[in-house]
Amino acid sequence: MGPETTPPIQNGGKINKIMALNFLMGAAGVYLWWSVYRALPDFASWLTYGLLPIKQGSHLGSSVEFFLYDTPKVMMLLFLVVFGVGILRSFFTPEKTRAFLSGKSEFAGNILAALLGIVTPFCSCSAVPLFIGFVTAGVPLGVTFSFLIAAPMVNEIALGLLYGLLGWKVAAIYMGTGLFIAISAGWIIGRLKLEGHIEDWVTQTDAPAINMEEEKLTWNDRIVYGWDAVKEIIGKVWIYVILGIAVGAGIHGFVPEGIMASIMGKDSWWSVPLSVLIGIPMYSNAAGIIPVVEALLGKGAALGTVLAFMMSVIALSLPEMVILRKVLKPKLIAVFIGVVACGILSVGYLFNMII
Amino acid sequence: MEIKVLGPGCAKCSKTEKLIREVIKETGSDASVEKITDLMKIASYGVFGTPSVIIDNQVKCTGKVPKKEDIKAWLGK
Repeated sequence: MGPETTPPIQNGGKINKIMALNFLMGAAGVYLWWSVYRALPDFASWLTYGLLPIKQGSHLGSSVEFFLYDTPKVMMLLFLVVFGVGILRSFFTPEKTRAFLSGKSEFAGNILAALLGIVTPFCSCSAVPLFIGFVTAGVPLGVTFSFLIAAPMVNEIALGLLYGLLGWKVAAIYMGTGLFIAISAGWIIGRLKLEGHIEDWVTQTDAPAINMEEEKLTWNDRIVYGWDAVKEIIGKVWIYVILGIAVGAGIHGFVPEGIMASIMGKDSWWSVPLSVLIGIPMYSNAAGIIPVVEALLGKGAALGTVLAFMMSVIALSLPEMVILRKVLKPKLIAVFIGVVACGILSVGYLFNMII
Repeated sequence: MEIKVLGPGCAKCSKTEKLIREVIKETGSDASVEKITDLMKIASYGVFGTPSVIIDNQVKCTGKVPKKEDIKAWLGK
């Protein structure tokens, strides 16, 4: 069905029919998705005020409506984004990415590594083998870091949630600044010439180059791949999303307007570094944090401060540092945290200044 | 036949090991299964996606949970 399969000529007509059928089903699916998505606001307010005995304009009503609207909306958007990114990822493997990055010059290599970090499928638990695989294959240290920073920070869950809850502008700002931090932090680490601060056993590892046959994937395989990604990721994060939206809904309905302005507002200079510090020990609950963040923004928290908090939660995490300590000496870990934290701080201050 | 499952202990890695043991039981294969969690050892196999499956020193699959049919094919069943 894709360009990879060459159907025998006598089956051409049948294959074309299957393709047309698949296409029709896809189009019907998209139409159905869109119709349901558009009906959500009315449905939520009907549920809240029509079906439940809740008065319009009450605190409780505002909270309940928020929850009933945002939960299905975010789930539907996550579904779409995770599925799309899943299909995109089926075109990439860590092996191909490594082959592509090895021997690349520093600056262009950093940019490519950050971009590939978004689309290369890789689980955070294999960060160490990946690090070793990259470095021993001649991918420069700074380029490897650009990859390792971008991969968790700019991810499909954050993008889907930000788009759904805060609009495409915030999602684009997040993605753009996330990539910028990954590129510049990796470049700085490369310039600092810290290759000597990798643990010795890594460079002594005599890792054989493995030759695995590259799998030929058909479009059907890719759709299954995207579907598996949906099942795996949504199966893992749905509970955090619902909890996050529930907390967000509570804030939305009951916390007075503007209360966050004094704590997380633009005028308190210390709010950005504090957000980064609080974010470091928090881990993997990006899915639950973004709905809360939306509610905080609505109550007067500044966008820059909130972005800094989110990035710190997602990109700098203690458990990851503990794993990376196996391959990096303490000084390199400290530089890594320091450089990324500085990047996040400047993003935070920048957005508090311009918006 | 010697099967090694490489993985530091994430959910996918345990799933892979479980699946392989299941298939071995079902097919009555005499293959042995070893789980390798040590990062140094994993790296020395030259793989960097986990879980990875290595059969008689040959990398069979890396970075994903294999399908049951694939495992059966590796076992020659």
